[in-house]
Amino acid sequence: MSAAAGVAGRPAAEPSGPGGAGRAARAVRDYAPAVLVAVGGLLVWEAVIRLANLNAFILPAPSAIIGALIANWNGERFPLWQSALNTIIEAVGGFLIGTTAGVVVAFLAARWGGMRAMLLPLAIAANAIPIIAFAPLFNTWFGLLNPLSKMMMAAVLSFFPVMANVTRGLSGVDPSQIELMRSYAATQSTILRKVRIPNALPYFFTALKLASTLSLIGAIVAEYFGGQGSVLGRMIVQSASALKFDITWAAVSLAAIAGIVFYLVIALIERIAIPWHASSRSEG
Amino acid sequence: MAGSADTVPIVRIAGVDKVFAGREGGRTTALSAIDLDIRPGEFVSLIGPSGCGKSTLLRVIGDLVQPTKGAVSVNGKTAEQARRDRDYGMVFQAPVLFDWRSVEDNVKLPLEILGKDKAWRAKRAKEMLELVELGDFTKHMPYQLSGGMQQRVAIARALSFEPRILLMDEPFGALDEMTRERMNDEVLRIWQQTGTTVVFVTHSIPEAVYLSSRVVVMSARPGRITRVVDIDLPRPRSEGSRETPRYFELITEVREALRAGGGDVDDAGTPSAARTMAEGAVG
Repeated sequence: MSAAAGVAGRPAAEPSGPGGAGRAARAVRDYAPAVLVAVGGLLVWEAVIRLANLNAFILPAPSAIIGALIANWNGERFPLWQSALNTIIEAVGGFLIGTTAGVVVAFLAARWGGMRAMLLPLAIAANAIPIIAFAPLFNTWFGLLNPLSKMMMAAVLSFFPVMANVTRGLSGVDPSQIELMRSYAATQSTILRKVRIPNALPYFFTALKLASTLSLIGAIVAEYFGGQGSVLGRMIVQSASALKFDITWAAVSLAAIAGIVFYLVIALIERIAIPWHASSRSEG
Repeated sequence: MAGSADTVPIVRIAGVDKVFAGREGGRTTALSAIDLDIRPGEFVSLIGPSGCGKSTLLRVIGDLVQPTKGAVSVNGKTAEQARRDRDYGMVFQAPVLFDWRSVEDNVKLPLEILGKDKAWRAKRAKEMLELVELGDFTKHMPYQLSGGMQQRVAIARALSFEPRILLMDEPFGALDEMTRERMNDEVLRIWQQTGTTVVFVTHSIPEAVYLSSRVVVMSARPGRITRVVDIDLPRPRSEGSRETPRYFELITEVREALRAGGGDVDDAGTPSAARTMAEGAVG
């Protein structure tokens, strides 16, 4: 809280709270309501389907979805687990390619103002167009059956938020910090290392969280337009056209879980990497 | 006390003008015909209304702003060379701490840039933080400190590499009155312990009088020096100094000098400014 500024001679807050036990208790307290709502929602869903005797074509019950998931885990026609793995590989591969490219371009843009002036409007324009519409073209360019075509879709979607955010983080440094560094006669590379890069880290992690979601969307949507068989996108399309909606839902659930886990992994790395940043402080 | 009149100045500002080119070709004269000598170990305050160029003058001394005309020399060197030799410690109105560094790591930053070894950095950081009475907070992160404590970290950092000159730009402007007075005593104590030359920008008359050996009064549009007031309050100063008649006389003197400078209107009073400075004396 900003009230901190008022109290002199006293720390505004204790350093990051107690250890293991206290932290676990706090986690339970923080997440319990959300978990309760989620479980409650699933129960209501199940109850409504059973009581209203709704057709499974419209909406299968959670129990039916879980059943389909288990039955097709290593299925012959719908190998859900292998598909999920393949899709995750595409998404993560694309995420890594897009993030790397985004960081590289951001560094170049931060180093040369002229390049930034040239690139940033283009990036904003590119970000405004629905890149996902290019998916069929990507399949043509990089090979329909080659996972690279899906990876590239995921990469392009990841690229823009990373580039834009990291550029902002590298160049949007408090001018006083630059003045201070100049008063130490620090070189540009020292300023980059000691000020610009740490300053860009929170922006970088915000972008990574966006990119984690986008890369999975990119991979799955690209899969809708054809490619190797055992991927979530193909599972969803094929099971739906075979009217096996419980399997469709099972595949969608796997995609959802993959997205959430991906996001959480990055959020966890963020907490470890930049514990000093407001978004990582448990006190808020 | 400040050095005697015949001491060689550590900072010599001669005929400095600074003109900023504004948008649409407009030009603002931030500083006009500034002459000022600062002696080693002196505590000099620059005071004046907003827009009088006092912060610009501080940055000209620190080689963060280049003068349009005239020159600054520090110990016989150019201001740029002095900056390269790390003669300046800067403290701004905001603490300008780096969020990602602990208190001690913030203090160590200039030492890292100067290439000091690890043991020395640790030793200096500890000494400096003890000097500003934050010895118990070395591992804290900046966001865990109050505004006054953060500013003390900034002062510790500025002093860590023993710069010859401490340049302070309204360092306590954002603090409440109580904290500010405490910080004033702190700065005086540190100044006395380290013997550093201090150039201190402020818009508080009591602060300027309480701290300084000399108060340089400036006026706006164009920014120029209208008067230099010698502060002959005995040292060491303390709470009691604030209650002496001489303190109030000096406050009145600075206030009248500020008012005479106007800030609003003409340049009628300027010719006397240079002479007052040269004499360095006060009626």
